[in-house]
Amino acid sequence: MTQGVLVICEQRDGAFRKISFEAVSEGRRLADGLNTDLTALVLGGDIADIAGDLEACGPDKIWVADDPLLMDYRTESYTTVCAQAIQSASPQVVLIGASAQGKDLAARLAARLDAGLVMDCIAIRLEDGQLTYTRPMSGGKILADVSITGTPQLVAIRSNVMPITKSSHACTTETFDVQVDEPRTRVVDKKVESGDKVELTEAAIVVSGGRGTGGDYAAIEELASLVNGAVGASRSAVDEGWRPHSDQVGQTGKVVSPSLYVACGISGAIQHLAGMSTSKNIVAINKDAEAPIFAKADYGVVGDLFEIVPELTKAVRQIKE
Amino acid sequence: MEIVVLVKQVPDTESIIQIGEDNVSIKTDDIKWVMNPYDELAVEAALQIKEAQGGTVTILSMGPDKTVEVIRTALAMGADTGVHINDPATVGSDALSRAKLLAAAIRARPFDLVIAGMRAVDEDNYQVGAAVAEYLDIPQFTQVTKVVVENDTIKCHQVVEGATVVAEASLPALFTTQRGLNEPRYASLPGIMKAKKKPIETLTLADLDVSPETVGPAGRKINVTALRFPPEREPVKMIDGENAADIASKLATVLHEEIKVI
Repeated sequence: MTQGVLVICEQRDGAFRKISFEAVSEGRRLADGLNTDLTALVLGGDIADIAGDLEACGPDKIWVADDPLLMDYRTESYTTVCAQAIQSASPQVVLIGASAQGKDLAARLAARLDAGLVMDCIAIRLEDGQLTYTRPMSGGKILADVSITGTPQLVAIRSNVMPITKSSHACTTETFDVQVDEPRTRVVDKKVESGDKVELTEAAIVVSGGRGTGGDYAAIEELASLVNGAVGASRSAVDEGWRPHSDQVGQTGKVVSPSLYVACGISGAIQHLAGMSTSKNIVAINKDAEAPIFAKADYGVVGDLFEIVPELTKAVRQIKE
Repeated sequence: MEIVVLVKQVPDTESIIQIGEDNVSIKTDDIKWVMNPYDELAVEAALQIKEAQGGTVTILSMGPDKTVEVIRTALAMGADTGVHINDPATVGSDALSRAKLLAAAIRARPFDLVIAGMRAVDEDNYQVGAAVAEYLDIPQFTQVTKVVVENDTIKCHQVVEGATVVAEASLPALFTTQRGLNEPRYASLPGIMKAKKKPIETLTLADLDVSPETVGPAGRKINVTALRFPPEREPVKMIDGENAADIASKLATVLHEEIKVI
Protein backbone atom coordinates (compact mmCIF):
# COMPACT_ATOMS: atom_id res chain seq x y z
CA MET A 1 0.00 0.00 0.00
CA THR A 2 1.56 3.26 -1.04
CA GLN A 3 0.32 6.33 0.72
CA GLY A 4 1.62 9.53 2.17
CA VAL A 5 3.75 12.34 0.90
CA LEU A 6 7.49 12.46 1.56
CA VAL A 7 9.49 15.66 1.13
CA ILE A 8 13.27 15.47 0.78
CA CYS A 9 14.63 18.70 2.29
CA GLU A 10 17.83 20.44 1.31
CA GLN A 11 20.14 22.07 3.83
CA ARG A 12 23.64 23.34 3.50
CA ASP A 13 25.99 23.90 6.43
CA GLY A 14 23.15 23.59 8.90
CA ALA A 15 20.66 25.96 7.26
CA PHE A 16 17.70 24.94 5.09
CA ARG A 17 17.51 26.29 1.57
CA LYS A 18 14.36 28.34 0.91
CA ILE A 19 13.18 25.65 -1.53
CA SER A 20 12.85 23.23 1.42
CA PHE A 21 10.13 25.38 2.99
CA GLU A 22 8.43 25.72 -0.38
CA ALA A 23 8.49 21.93 -0.80
CA VAL A 24 7.19 21.16 2.69
CA SER A 25 4.40 23.76 2.25
CA GLU A 26 3.38 22.21 -1.07
CA GLY A 27 3.68 18.76 0.52
CA ARG A 28 1.24 19.85 3.23
CA ARG A 29 -1.33 21.03 0.65
CA LEU A 30 -0.92 17.80 -1.29
CA ALA A 31 -1.18 15.59 1.79
CA ASP A 32 -4.35 17.42 2.87
CA GLY A 33 -5.83 16.94 -0.62
CA LEU A 34 -4.98 13.23 -0.58
CA ASN A 35 -6.08 12.97 3.05
CA THR A 36 -2.77 11.45 4.04
CA ASP A 37 0.33 12.15 6.12
CA LEU A 38 3.32 14.32 5.35
CA THR A 39 6.85 13.28 6.27
CA ALA A 40 9.85 15.58 5.86
CA LEU A 41 13.25 13.89 5.46
CA VAL A 42 16.37 15.83 6.41
CA LEU A 43 19.85 14.55 5.59
CA GLY A 44 23.17 15.84 6.84
CA GLY A 45 25.87 15.65 9.44
CA ASP A 46 25.29 17.15 12.85
CA ILE A 47 21.92 18.62 11.87
CA ALA A 48 19.56 17.22 14.53
CA ASP A 49 18.92 20.63 16.05
CA ILE A 50 17.76 22.31 12.82
CA ALA A 51 14.94 19.86 12.00
CA GLY A 52 12.46 21.86 14.10
CA ASP A 53 12.78 24.79 11.66
CA LEU A 54 10.49 22.87 9.30
CA GLU A 55 7.65 22.40 11.80
CA ALA A 56 5.90 25.68 10.97
CA CYS A 57 5.15 24.42 7.43
CA GLY A 58 3.16 21.51 8.86
CA PRO A 59 4.78 18.07 8.49
CA ASP A 60 3.26 15.24 10.60
CA LYS A 61 6.68 13.67 10.98
CA ILE A 62 10.27 14.75 10.52
CA TRP A 63 12.85 12.08 9.80
CA VAL A 64 16.41 13.06 10.61
CA ALA A 65 19.17 11.12 8.85
CA ASP A 66 22.23 12.38 10.68
CA ASP A 67 25.58 10.81 9.89
CA PRO A 68 29.13 12.09 9.37
CA LEU A 69 29.08 10.44 5.93
CA LEU A 70 26.19 12.76 5.01
CA MET A 71 28.03 15.95 6.02
CA ASP A 72 28.63 16.93 2.38
CA TYR A 73 26.02 16.30 -0.27
CA ARG A 74 27.23 13.36 -2.33
CA THR A 75 25.00 11.85 -4.99
CA GLU A 76 25.54 8.23 -4.05
CA SER A 77 25.23 8.44 -0.28
CA TYR A 78 22.16 10.70 -0.43
CA THR A 79 20.55 8.50 -3.09
CA THR A 80 21.07 5.43 -0.92
CA VAL A 81 19.52 7.02 2.17
CA CYS A 82 16.59 8.54 0.25
CA ALA A 83 15.92 5.19 -1.43
CA GLN A 84 15.92 3.48 1.99
CA ALA A 85 13.47 6.08 3.35
CA ILE A 86 11.19 5.69 0.33
CA GLN A 87 11.26 1.90 0.58
CA SER A 88 10.48 2.16 4.28
CA ALA A 89 7.63 4.69 4.00
CA SER A 90 6.23 3.64 0.56
CA PRO A 91 4.94 7.13 -0.22
CA GLN A 92 2.66 7.84 -3.15
CA VAL A 93 4.44 11.12 -3.92
CA VAL A 94 7.98 12.31 -3.16
CA LEU A 95 8.71 16.04 -3.44
CA ILE A 96 12.18 17.49 -3.76
CA GLY A 97 13.40 20.99 -4.60
CA ALA A 98 14.69 21.30 -8.17
CA SER A 99 17.90 23.10 -7.18
CA ALA A 100 21.20 22.00 -8.73
CA GLN A 101 21.65 19.50 -5.89
CA GLY A 102 17.99 18.45 -5.98
CA LYS A 103 18.14 17.79 -9.72
CA ASP A 104 21.29 15.70 -9.30
CA LEU A 105 19.68 13.65 -6.52
CA ALA A 106 16.20 13.31 -8.05
CA ALA A 107 17.53 12.03 -11.37
CA ARG A 108 19.76 9.39 -9.77
CA LEU A 109 16.99 8.39 -7.37
CA ALA A 110 14.47 7.96 -10.21
CA ALA A 111 16.83 5.53 -11.94
CA ARG A 112 17.59 3.70 -8.66
CA LEU A 113 13.86 3.23 -7.92
CA ASP A 114 12.79 2.87 -11.56
CA ALA A 115 10.25 5.60 -10.81
CA GLY A 116 8.81 8.40 -12.94
CA LEU A 117 10.24 11.85 -12.25
CA VAL A 118 8.69 15.20 -13.16
CA MET A 119 11.48 17.77 -13.29
CA ASP A 120 10.92 21.46 -12.55
CA CYS A 121 7.24 21.07 -11.70
CA ILE A 122 5.44 24.42 -11.32
CA ALA A 123 1.94 23.20 -10.37
CA ILE A 124 0.32 20.05 -8.97
CA ARG A 125 -3.38 19.44 -9.59
CA LEU A 126 -5.51 16.81 -7.89
CA GLU A 127 -8.74 15.87 -9.66
CA ASP A 128 -10.80 12.77 -8.88
CA GLY A 129 -7.83 11.22 -7.14
CA GLN A 130 -5.65 11.67 -10.24
CA LEU A 131 -2.50 13.81 -9.95
CA THR A 132 -1.49 16.01 -12.85
CA TYR A 133 1.82 17.84 -12.84
CA THR A 134 2.62 20.91 -14.93
CA ARG A 135 6.16 21.53 -16.11
CA PRO A 136 7.75 23.89 -18.62
CA MET A 137 9.58 22.49 -21.62
CA SER A 138 11.82 24.13 -24.23
CA GLY A 139 12.95 26.58 -21.59
CA GLY A 140 9.39 27.72 -20.86
CA LYS A 141 8.15 28.16 -24.45
CA ILE A 142 5.49 25.54 -23.70
CA LEU A 143 3.90 24.01 -20.62
CA ALA A 144 3.18 20.30 -20.40
CA ASP A 145 0.60 18.57 -18.23
CA VAL A 146 1.95 15.14 -17.34
CA SER A 147 0.85 12.16 -15.31
CA ILE A 148 3.11 9.50 -13.84
CA THR A 149 2.53 5.77 -14.15
CA GLY A 150 3.24 3.84 -10.95
CA THR A 151 4.56 4.88 -7.56
CA PRO A 152 6.46 6.48 -5.98
CA GLN A 153 5.83 9.55 -8.11
CA LEU A 154 8.94 11.73 -7.92
CA VAL A 155 8.36 15.44 -8.34
CA ALA A 156 11.15 18.04 -8.35
CA ILE A 157 9.56 21.46 -7.82
CA ARG A 158 10.97 24.66 -9.28
CA SER A 159 12.32 27.31 -6.91
CA ASN A 160 10.32 30.45 -6.20
CA VAL A 161 7.01 29.21 -7.61
CA MET A 162 5.11 27.49 -4.80
CA PRO A 163 4.27 29.66 -1.78
CA ILE A 164 5.60 29.05 1.71
CA THR A 165 2.63 28.63 4.07
CA LYS A 166 2.27 28.05 7.79
CA SER A 167 0.25 25.15 9.12
CA SER A 168 0.09 23.92 12.68
CA HIS A 169 0.18 20.15 13.03
CA ALA A 170 1.24 17.82 15.79
CA CYS A 171 4.71 16.84 14.63
CA THR A 172 7.00 14.08 15.79
CA THR A 173 10.71 14.04 15.07
CA GLU A 174 12.39 10.66 14.67
CA THR A 175 15.86 9.49 13.83
CA PHE A 176 16.13 7.67 10.52
CA ASP A 177 18.75 4.97 10.84
CA VAL A 178 21.35 5.40 8.15
CA GLN A 179 23.13 2.52 6.44
CA VAL A 180 25.49 4.04 3.97
CA ASP A 181 28.90 3.29 2.50
CA GLU A 182 31.67 5.79 1.91
CA PRO A 183 30.75 7.49 -1.38
CA ARG A 184 33.07 7.05 -4.34
CA THR A 185 33.30 10.82 -4.84
CA ARG A 186 35.14 13.07 -2.40
CA VAL A 187 34.64 16.80 -1.85
CA VAL A 188 38.08 18.41 -1.96
CA ASP A 189 37.06 22.07 -1.81
CA LYS A 190 33.98 24.21 -1.33
CA LYS A 191 33.86 27.91 -2.15
CA VAL A 192 30.84 29.62 -0.64
CA GLU A 193 29.87 32.94 -2.21
CA SER A 194 29.63 35.96 0.05
CA GLY A 195 26.47 35.84 2.13
CA ASP A 196 24.87 39.00 0.75
CA LYS A 197 24.68 37.80 -2.84
CA VAL A 198 21.14 36.76 -3.73
CA GLU A 199 20.89 33.62 -5.87
CA LEU A 200 19.32 34.35 -9.26
CA THR A 201 16.78 31.50 -9.17
CA GLU A 202 15.73 32.30 -5.60
CA ALA A 203 15.51 36.10 -5.87
CA ALA A 204 12.16 37.88 -5.51
CA ILE A 205 13.41 40.65 -7.80
CA VAL A 206 15.73 40.24 -10.79
CA VAL A 207 17.23 43.23 -12.61
CA SER A 208 18.64 42.06 -15.91
CA GLY A 209 20.80 43.78 -18.49
CA GLY A 210 21.45 42.98 -22.14
CA ARG A 211 23.35 44.32 -25.10
CA GLY A 212 22.03 47.83 -24.34
CA THR A 213 24.24 48.03 -21.26
CA GLY A 214 27.36 48.01 -23.40
CA GLY A 215 28.90 46.08 -20.52
CA ASP A 216 28.24 48.76 -17.88
CA TYR A 217 26.20 47.11 -15.11
CA ALA A 218 26.80 49.72 -12.37
CA ALA A 219 23.27 51.18 -12.50
CA ILE A 220 21.69 47.72 -12.68
CA GLU A 221 23.77 46.44 -9.79
CA GLU A 222 22.85 49.45 -7.67
CA LEU A 223 19.12 48.94 -8.24
CA ALA A 224 19.37 45.19 -7.63
CA SER A 225 21.28 45.74 -4.42
CA LEU A 226 18.76 48.34 -3.15
CA VAL A 227 15.82 45.93 -3.59
CA ASN A 228 17.78 42.91 -2.33
CA GLY A 229 17.52 41.39 -5.79
CA ALA A 230 19.82 39.52 -8.15
CA VAL A 231 21.45 40.68 -11.38
CA GLY A 232 20.66 38.75 -14.55
CA ALA A 233 21.97 38.98 -18.10
CA SER A 234 21.02 38.06 -21.65
CA ARG A 235 22.99 35.53 -23.65
CA SER A 236 24.60 38.22 -25.80
CA ALA A 237 25.84 40.02 -22.66
CA VAL A 238 27.33 36.75 -21.38
CA ASP A 239 28.84 35.96 -24.79
CA GLU A 240 30.48 39.41 -24.73
CA GLY A 241 32.09 38.42 -21.44
CA TRP A 242 30.33 41.20 -19.52
CA ARG A 243 28.73 38.84 -17.01
CA PRO A 244 29.49 35.28 -15.84
CA HIS A 245 27.55 32.34 -17.29
CA SER A 246 25.85 31.89 -13.94
CA ASP A 247 23.99 35.19 -14.50
CA GLN A 248 22.46 34.15 -17.82
CA VAL A 249 18.66 34.05 -18.04
CA GLY A 250 17.19 32.10 -20.95
CA GLN A 251 16.69 28.74 -22.58
CA THR A 252 20.42 27.99 -22.41
CA GLY A 253 20.79 29.64 -19.02
CA LYS A 254 18.62 29.87 -15.95
CA VAL A 255 14.85 30.01 -15.93
CA VAL A 256 13.67 32.49 -13.32
CA SER A 257 10.27 33.16 -11.74
CA PRO A 258 10.70 36.26 -9.56
CA SER A 259 7.88 38.54 -8.41
CA LEU A 260 9.45 41.28 -10.51
CA TYR A 261 11.73 41.00 -13.55
CA VAL A 262 13.21 44.26 -14.84
CA ALA A 263 14.70 43.85 -18.33
CA CYS A 264 17.07 46.72 -19.14
CA GLY A 265 18.45 47.09 -22.65
CA ILE A 266 17.29 43.59 -23.59
CA SER A 267 15.63 43.34 -26.99
CA GLY A 268 13.92 40.03 -26.22
CA ALA A 269 15.31 37.14 -28.27
CA ILE A 270 13.01 34.10 -28.16
CA GLN A 271 15.44 32.09 -26.08
CA HIS A 272 15.69 34.90 -23.48
CA LEU A 273 11.91 35.38 -23.29
CA ALA A 274 11.60 31.65 -22.55
CA GLY A 275 13.75 32.03 -19.44
CA MET A 276 11.79 34.89 -17.88
CA SER A 277 8.21 34.33 -19.04
CA THR A 278 7.09 32.77 -15.74
CA SER A 279 8.01 35.96 -13.82
CA LYS A 280 4.97 37.35 -12.05
CA ASN A 281 5.55 40.95 -13.22
CA ILE A 282 7.80 42.10 -16.04
CA VAL A 283 9.07 45.62 -16.65
CA ALA A 284 10.96 46.39 -19.86
CA ILE A 285 13.19 49.42 -20.35
CA ASN A 286 14.52 49.78 -23.88
CA LYS A 287 15.45 52.57 -26.29
CA ASP A 288 13.80 50.77 -29.20
CA ALA A 289 10.00 51.08 -29.04
CA GLU A 290 9.74 48.13 -31.47
CA ALA A 291 11.81 45.72 -29.30
CA PRO A 292 10.03 42.34 -28.96
CA ILE A 293 10.52 42.46 -25.18
CA PHE A 294 7.60 44.91 -24.91
CA ALA A 295 5.17 42.27 -26.19
CA LYS A 296 6.04 40.10 -23.17
CA ALA A 297 6.15 42.86 -20.56
CA ASP A 298 3.47 44.17 -18.22
CA TYR A 299 4.97 47.65 -18.06
CA GLY A 300 7.21 49.29 -20.63
CA VAL A 301 9.40 52.36 -20.74
CA VAL A 302 10.91 53.57 -24.01
CA GLY A 303 14.09 55.27 -22.96
CA ASP A 304 17.79 55.07 -22.24
CA LEU A 305 18.48 52.66 -19.39
CA PHE A 306 21.40 54.83 -18.26
CA GLU A 307 18.92 57.67 -17.61
CA ILE A 308 15.90 55.66 -16.42
CA VAL A 309 17.52 53.08 -14.12
CA PRO A 310 19.43 55.56 -11.88
CA GLU A 311 16.27 57.67 -11.56
CA LEU A 312 14.26 54.53 -10.76
CA THR A 313 16.79 53.64 -8.05
CA LYS A 314 16.40 57.15 -6.63
CA ALA A 315 12.58 56.93 -6.67
CA VAL A 316 12.56 53.47 -5.07
CA ARG A 317 14.96 54.67 -2.39
CA GLN A 318 12.56 57.52 -1.57
CA ILE A 319 9.66 55.07 -1.24
CA LYS A 320 11.71 52.82 1.03
CA GLU A 321 12.65 55.78 3.25
CA MET B 1 41.28 7.01 -22.46
CA GLU B 2 38.00 5.73 -23.93
CA ILE B 3 35.49 8.60 -23.86
CA VAL B 4 31.80 8.27 -24.77
CA VAL B 5 29.83 11.46 -25.41
CA LEU B 6 26.01 11.42 -25.35
CA VAL B 7 24.54 13.74 -27.96
CA LYS B 8 20.93 14.67 -28.74
CA GLN B 9 19.42 16.42 -31.73
CA VAL B 10 17.02 19.18 -30.63
CA PRO B 11 15.14 22.15 -32.12
CA ASP B 12 17.33 25.24 -32.40
CA THR B 13 16.67 27.57 -29.44
CA GLU B 14 15.68 30.36 -31.86
CA SER B 15 12.85 28.14 -33.17
CA ILE B 16 9.25 29.08 -32.52
CA ILE B 17 7.61 26.01 -31.03
CA GLN B 18 4.12 25.11 -32.22
CA ILE B 19 1.84 22.55 -30.64
CA GLY B 20 0.66 19.69 -32.87
CA GLU B 21 -2.93 18.67 -33.69
CA ASP B 22 -2.78 15.86 -31.12
CA ASN B 23 -2.08 18.45 -28.39
CA VAL B 24 0.64 16.28 -26.84
CA SER B 25 3.52 16.78 -29.30
CA ILE B 26 5.16 19.69 -31.08
CA LYS B 27 5.02 20.38 -34.82
CA THR B 28 8.32 19.44 -36.37
CA ASP B 29 7.81 20.69 -39.97
CA ASP B 30 9.47 24.11 -39.76
CA ILE B 31 12.06 23.32 -37.14
CA LYS B 32 15.78 23.67 -37.66
CA TRP B 33 17.46 20.74 -35.86
CA VAL B 34 20.79 21.23 -34.16
CA MET B 35 23.05 19.57 -31.63
CA ASN B 36 21.86 20.27 -28.08
CA PRO B 37 24.02 23.26 -27.01
CA TYR B 38 25.13 21.53 -23.79
CA ASP B 39 26.23 18.51 -25.84
CA GLU B 40 28.52 20.79 -27.88
CA LEU B 41 30.28 21.53 -24.58
CA ALA B 42 30.47 17.78 -23.94
CA VAL B 43 32.07 17.07 -27.32
CA GLU B 44 34.57 19.90 -26.80
CA ALA B 45 35.46 18.64 -23.31
CA ALA B 46 36.02 15.13 -24.70
CA LEU B 47 38.27 16.43 -27.49
CA GLN B 48 40.35 18.49 -25.05
CA ILE B 49 40.85 15.49 -22.76
CA LYS B 50 41.75 13.30 -25.73
CA GLU B 51 44.22 15.90 -27.01
CA ALA B 52 45.92 15.97 -23.61
CA GLN B 53 45.95 12.24 -22.93
CA GLY B 54 45.27 10.34 -26.14
CA GLY B 55 42.44 7.89 -26.58
CA THR B 56 39.27 7.79 -28.61
CA VAL B 57 36.06 9.78 -28.53
CA THR B 58 32.87 7.91 -29.40
CA ILE B 59 29.66 9.84 -30.08
CA LEU B 60 26.48 8.05 -28.98
CA SER B 61 23.06 9.26 -29.96
CA MET B 62 19.58 7.83 -30.43
CA GLY B 63 16.78 8.93 -32.70
CA PRO B 64 15.48 8.61 -36.27
CA ASP B 65 17.58 8.69 -39.46
CA LYS B 66 18.21 12.47 -39.33
CA THR B 67 20.00 12.04 -35.96
CA VAL B 68 23.04 11.04 -37.98
CA GLU B 69 23.47 14.75 -38.81
CA VAL B 70 24.52 15.63 -35.24
CA ILE B 71 26.76 12.58 -35.02
CA ARG B 72 28.49 13.79 -38.22
CA THR B 73 28.79 17.28 -36.73
CA ALA B 74 30.57 15.86 -33.68
CA LEU B 75 32.81 13.73 -35.90
CA ALA B 76 33.63 16.86 -37.91
CA MET B 77 34.62 18.61 -34.68
CA GLY B 78 37.15 15.81 -34.18
CA ALA B 79 35.46 12.80 -32.57
CA ASP B 80 36.57 9.40 -33.83
CA THR B 81 33.52 7.17 -34.19
CA GLY B 82 29.76 7.27 -33.90
CA VAL B 83 27.11 4.93 -32.55
CA HIS B 84 23.50 5.53 -33.56
CA ILE B 85 20.61 3.76 -31.84
CA ASN B 86 17.95 3.85 -34.54
CA ASP B 87 14.92 1.65 -34.08
CA PRO B 88 11.24 2.59 -34.52
CA ALA B 89 10.48 0.57 -31.38
CA THR B 90 12.43 3.08 -29.28
CA VAL B 91 10.60 6.16 -30.62
CA GLY B 92 8.53 7.74 -27.87
CA SER B 93 10.77 6.52 -25.04
CA ASP B 94 10.85 8.74 -21.94
CA ALA B 95 14.04 9.90 -20.22
CA LEU B 96 14.53 6.77 -18.09
CA SER B 97 13.98 4.45 -21.05
CA ARG B 98 16.41 6.44 -23.18
CA ALA B 99 18.97 6.21 -20.38
CA LYS B 100 18.50 2.41 -20.29
CA LEU B 101 19.16 2.16 -24.03
CA LEU B 102 22.18 4.48 -23.93
CA ALA B 103 23.65 2.70 -20.90
CA ALA B 104 23.23 -0.67 -22.63
CA ALA B 105 25.12 0.63 -25.67
CA ILE B 106 27.94 1.99 -23.48
CA ARG B 107 28.20 -1.17 -21.39
CA ALA B 108 28.91 -3.21 -24.53
CA ARG B 109 32.22 -1.38 -25.13
CA PRO B 110 35.23 -0.25 -23.10
CA PHE B 111 34.79 3.16 -21.48
CA ASP B 112 36.63 5.28 -18.91
CA LEU B 113 34.60 8.46 -19.08
CA VAL B 114 31.07 9.35 -20.17
CA ILE B 115 30.18 12.99 -20.86
CA ALA B 116 26.67 14.36 -21.44
CA GLY B 117 24.95 17.74 -21.56
CA MET B 118 23.38 18.61 -18.20
CA ARG B 119 20.02 18.78 -19.99
CA ALA B 120 18.58 18.78 -23.46
CA VAL B 121 16.99 22.14 -24.26
CA ASP B 122 13.85 20.53 -25.73
CA GLU B 123 12.55 18.48 -22.80
CA ASP B 124 14.66 20.06 -20.04
CA ASN B 125 14.67 16.85 -18.00
CA TYR B 126 18.18 16.98 -16.48
CA GLN B 127 17.73 13.25 -16.15
CA VAL B 128 19.47 11.12 -18.76
CA GLY B 129 23.07 11.70 -17.61
CA ALA B 130 22.42 10.79 -13.97
CA ALA B 131 20.29 7.79 -14.94
CA VAL B 132 23.01 6.48 -17.28
CA ALA B 133 25.52 6.80 -14.43
CA GLU B 134 23.19 4.83 -12.15
CA TYR B 135 22.66 2.08 -14.73
CA LEU B 136 26.42 1.84 -15.30
CA ASP B 137 27.01 1.97 -11.52
CA ILE B 138 29.59 4.75 -11.81
CA PRO B 139 29.99 8.07 -9.95
CA GLN B 140 28.43 11.19 -11.47
CA PHE B 141 29.14 14.90 -11.44
CA THR B 142 26.37 17.10 -12.85
CA GLN B 143 26.45 20.73 -14.01
CA VAL B 144 30.23 20.86 -14.27
CA THR B 145 31.99 24.14 -15.10
CA LYS B 146 35.59 22.92 -14.92
CA VAL B 147 37.10 19.47 -15.26
CA VAL B 148 40.58 18.03 -14.79
CA VAL B 149 41.36 14.41 -15.69
CA GLU B 150 44.73 13.07 -14.53
CA ASN B 151 46.03 9.61 -13.70
CA ASP B 152 42.62 7.93 -13.74
CA THR B 153 41.21 10.57 -11.41
CA ILE B 154 38.58 13.11 -12.39
CA LYS B 155 38.15 16.39 -10.55
CA CYS B 156 35.08 18.52 -11.25
CA HIS B 157 33.89 22.00 -10.28
CA GLN B 158 30.13 22.07 -9.82
CA VAL B 159 28.24 25.32 -9.34
CA VAL B 160 25.32 24.97 -6.95
CA GLU B 161 23.17 27.81 -5.60
CA GLY B 162 25.54 30.14 -3.77
CA ALA B 163 28.63 27.91 -3.85
CA THR B 164 31.10 26.04 -6.01
CA VAL B 165 31.90 22.48 -4.97
CA VAL B 166 35.09 20.78 -6.13
CA ALA B 167 34.94 16.99 -5.97
CA GLU B 168 36.88 14.07 -7.35
CA ALA B 169 36.56 10.36 -8.04
CA SER B 170 38.43 7.54 -9.70
CA LEU B 171 37.46 6.63 -13.24
CA PRO B 172 35.23 5.36 -14.71
CA ALA B 173 32.82 8.23 -14.09
CA LEU B 174 30.24 10.39 -15.83
CA PHE B 175 29.90 14.16 -15.84
CA THR B 176 27.39 16.57 -17.35
CA THR B 177 28.24 19.98 -18.76
CA GLN B 178 27.18 23.43 -17.60
CA ARG B 179 27.78 26.66 -19.53
CA GLY B 180 31.18 28.11 -18.75
CA LEU B 181 32.99 24.78 -19.11
CA ASN B 182 34.52 25.69 -22.47
CA GLU B 183 33.87 27.33 -25.83
CA PRO B 184 33.02 24.58 -28.34
CA ARG B 185 35.07 24.65 -31.52
CA TYR B 186 33.50 24.89 -34.96
CA ALA B 187 33.94 22.04 -37.39
CA SER B 188 36.65 22.94 -39.91
CA LEU B 189 36.25 22.21 -43.61
CA PRO B 190 38.91 19.44 -43.52
CA GLY B 191 37.13 18.16 -40.39
CA ILE B 192 33.84 18.00 -42.29
CA MET B 193 35.52 16.13 -45.17
CA LYS B 194 37.19 13.67 -42.79
CA ALA B 195 33.94 13.09 -40.89
CA LYS B 196 32.33 11.65 -44.02
CA LYS B 197 34.72 8.71 -43.85
CA LYS B 198 34.49 8.07 -40.11
CA PRO B 199 32.51 4.98 -39.09
CA ILE B 200 29.02 5.20 -37.61
CA GLU B 201 27.64 1.98 -36.20
CA THR B 202 23.87 1.58 -36.17
CA LEU B 203 22.24 -0.36 -33.35
CA THR B 204 18.69 -1.60 -33.00
CA LEU B 205 16.86 -2.81 -29.94
CA ALA B 206 17.89 -6.38 -30.78
CA ASP B 207 21.56 -5.39 -30.34
CA LEU B 208 20.98 -4.02 -26.84
CA ASP B 209 20.40 -5.81 -23.58
CA VAL B 210 17.16 -3.96 -22.78
CA SER B 211 13.69 -5.49 -22.44
CA PRO B 212 11.47 -4.23 -25.28
CA GLU B 213 8.57 -3.59 -22.90
CA THR B 214 10.61 -1.01 -20.95
CA VAL B 215 11.09 1.31 -23.95
CA GLY B 216 8.90 3.15 -26.45
CA PRO B 217 5.39 4.37 -25.59
CA ALA B 218 4.62 1.24 -23.54
CA GLY B 219 7.63 1.77 -21.29
CA ARG B 220 6.80 5.37 -20.45
CA LYS B 221 6.32 6.36 -16.83
CA ILE B 222 5.87 10.01 -17.76
CA ASN B 223 2.82 10.62 -19.93
CA VAL B 224 2.15 13.99 -21.50
CA THR B 225 -1.60 14.60 -21.36
CA ALA B 226 -1.67 18.13 -22.79
CA LEU B 227 0.66 20.84 -24.08
CA ARG B 228 -0.22 24.52 -23.97
CA PHE B 229 1.41 27.89 -24.22
CA PRO B 230 2.09 29.90 -21.08
CA PRO B 231 -0.85 32.21 -20.37
CA GLU B 232 -0.81 35.40 -22.43
CA ARG B 233 -0.09 38.55 -20.51
CA GLU B 234 -2.33 41.60 -20.55
CA PRO B 235 -1.19 44.13 -23.18
CA VAL B 236 1.82 46.10 -22.02
CA LYS B 237 1.14 49.39 -20.26
CA MET B 238 3.62 51.98 -21.49
CA ILE B 239 4.77 54.55 -18.98
CA ASP B 240 5.50 58.02 -20.41
CA GLY B 241 6.60 61.22 -18.77
CA GLU B 242 8.28 64.57 -19.21
CA ASN B 243 11.75 63.30 -18.43
CA ALA B 244 13.58 60.31 -16.99
CA ALA B 245 12.90 61.37 -13.39
CA ASP B 246 9.18 61.73 -14.06
CA ILE B 247 8.96 58.32 -15.79
CA ALA B 248 10.99 56.64 -13.04
CA SER B 249 8.79 58.17 -10.37
CA LYS B 250 5.62 56.87 -12.07
CA LEU B 251 7.18 53.43 -12.52
CA ALA B 252 8.27 53.28 -8.87
CA THR B 253 4.71 54.18 -7.83
CA VAL B 254 3.35 51.31 -9.93
CA LEU B 255 5.82 48.87 -8.38
CA HIS B 256 4.95 50.08 -4.89
CA GLU B 257 1.18 50.60 -5.08
CA GLU B 258 -0.16 48.42 -7.90
CA ILE B 259 1.97 45.31 -7.91
CA LYS B 260 3.32 45.83 -4.40
CA VAL B 261 6.74 44.32 -4.98
CA ILE B 262 8.59 47.30 -3.50
